[in-house]
Amino acid sequence: MIEAVRLTKRYGAKTAVDDLSFQVRPGVVTGFLGPNGSGKSTTMRMILGLDRPTSGRVTIGGHPFRELPNAPRQVGALLDARAVHGGRTARSHLLALAQLAGIPARRVDEVLGVVGLQDVARRRSKGFSLGMGQRLGIAAALLGDPQVLLFDEPVNGLDPEGILWVRNLMKALAAEGRTVFVSSHLMSEMALTADHLVVIGRGRLLADMSVREFIATNSAGFARVRTPAGEPEQREKLVAALTGAGGFVLSEPDGALRVTGLPLPRVSDLAHDAGVRLWELSPHQASLEEAYMRMTQTAVDYRSTDDRLAELGPVPEQPPVVPDVPLEGWYAPPPPAPVPVPAPAAPPVPAGAAAAPAASGGPADADRAGGGGPQQSRTHESSTEDAR
Amino acid sequence: MTTTPYTSPIPVRRAHLGDAIASEWTKMRSLRSTLWTLGVMVVLVLGLGVLLAYAIGEASASPDAYEGGSVLTLGLLGMLLATVCVITLGVLTITSEFGTGMIRTTLTACPSRGRVLTAKAIVFFALVFVTTTLVSAFTAAAQCAVLGTTGGASAGQWIRVTVGVGLFMAFLGLLSLAVGALLRHSAGSITTMIGLVLLPYVLAIGLYTRELNDLRTALVEYSIPALLGTLYTGGPVGGMPMPSGWQPLWIIMGVTAVALAGAYTALDRRDA
Repeated sequence: MIEAVRLTKRYGAKTAVDDLSFQVRPGVVTGFLGPNGSGKSTTMRMILGLDRPTSGRVTIGGHPFRELPNAPRQVGALLDARAVHGGRTARSHLLALAQLAGIPARRVDEVLGVVGLQDVARRRSKGFSLGMGQRLGIAAALLGDPQVLLFDEPVNGLDPEGILWVRNLMKALAAEGRTVFVSSHLMSEMALTADHLVVIGRGRLLADMSVREFIATNSAGFARVRTPAGEPEQREKLVAALTGAGGFVLSEPDGALRVTGLPLPRVSDLAHDAGVRLWELSPHQASLEEAYMRMTQTAVDYRSTDDRLAELGPVPEQPPVVPDVPLEGWYAPPPPAPVPVPAPAAPPVPAGAAAAPAASGGPADADRAGGGGPQQSRTHESSTEDAR
Repeated sequence: MTTTPYTSPIPVRRAHLGDAIASEWTKMRSLRSTLWTLGVMVVLVLGLGVLLAYAIGEASASPDAYEGGSVLTLGLLGMLLATVCVITLGVLTITSEFGTGMIRTTLTACPSRGRVLTAKAIVFFALVFVTTTLVSAFTAAAQCAVLGTTGGASAGQWIRVTVGVGLFMAFLGLLSLAVGALLRHSAGSITTMIGLVLLPYVLAIGLYTRELNDLRTALVEYSIPALLGTLYTGGPVGGMPMPSGWQPLWIIMGVTAVALAGAYTALDRRDA
């Protein structure tokens, strides 16, 4: 059990961790999420007594780390996989740590086997790949067979097989009743590994809840509505009706509408009343990645500037919309074969590259591919829920 | 999913200073740089000492020229150059951990920072003391053999150029380790230590006026090479009222103690 109470760390004028309180319980994998520079590593270092908090405190099993009896047998940590002396062999590195903690030397060979480094145990770690370095770091964390484990970005540099291995290892460690605290900046990874989430941004706590709760709270559902292509007046009529009824309407790249704030039957009724035919009316859930991005977008320190090519054509008086979400198995009727130039009302297809397919008068498919391209690339990882 | 806390089957026992010393010894011997640095030191001291003895033996036929134990002073040249090796090794013992970030792993495995520094100091001191003492004794014996005389050196002189020089070099290395712990940067710490060795001479060159004669002499006499030389010669060069006998050892011990106290405080207070 790790408990942080009003933990704060300032470096001069910069506040790295700001009034952070949370608990990490045994028996589950707790994910520690935040964008780069949000204070994850600083928090981890404070948990381990390496950095002194400016104010507040953090305890493990009721004691500050530096006052724990037998600390290395209670807490194991991977902070930075590169934090080894490259001139030492993997085995010597682990042996020195084992001796320091009063752990029998045979345990070194055990953990080398656990992480799969037994064949390179006598090679100097200078020649290790990033993935091998991560494995060595994980071996060091497991050395004391501790109750509490901290991993800072453990999957960095690992290949898919290694990622799967780490994921299963974390779960297995937690299932044995240990406290497992794993930091990451990848929501998709945490959604698969963690049971509980602590999300921070700019050093502040944004969320502390189970993954299930996080999904329920943060992934707002929406309805996708598609009006007949080539009849922009229908689309305008529907937007007016939906907005009038209190709905919030966003335009998707391919001309479909994303409606929030109205239940599906109500959308159908409104369309019927307005005399608008619908080609599609389907329920959707925003992905976890999207929810995470939305939550942390105000807390990102390093952000690239907008690429203007990626801009979407907004429906009038609506802010530009966000990512295209995969259909998730819902049947989207293919557009009928001979379609004239689609050009929906207030064309969502902006100038630039995306305009080309539309101008060429291609079928709606081509339009979709052109307009949706940049968007899809932004959210190609968003299908985490499917995987779950 | 269970919530009963996990208990390890591996027997739990409290780690102590002995464990930390074993760990530091593993760290020390598992690095090639240790072997290289000490190897170069041994070659320098022994090689230069023996070469010098041969050169002098050729120049002067009479063994009587080395009466009063002055034959033992021939080891000084090699030992002066060996200070660079000891300084480098002392600094790297601690800064390599800061440079790689290994210090965080170490301090996670042993939250008692004082224990880590103590273990490092003990292992390093013992290693340098034993190596230097042995190589000095061996060099002195080889020189006597080459020249065919011990020059009537007393037991006290013998102990001073072996154990005395060994202790002096070990304390110099410990001082480097303390400076390394304070500065946490390899190049910076080595430069600082080399500067400490050479600066008195550089300053003395600048202080050429007659009024500053005393200051200039003191700078030179209390410099590290001069202190080391005093251990060999037994007295100040030129008969000044400056350190003599075992005094150089007390001086370097005092300086090292202050630096080490600073290192303990800094390591304990600073964020790792």
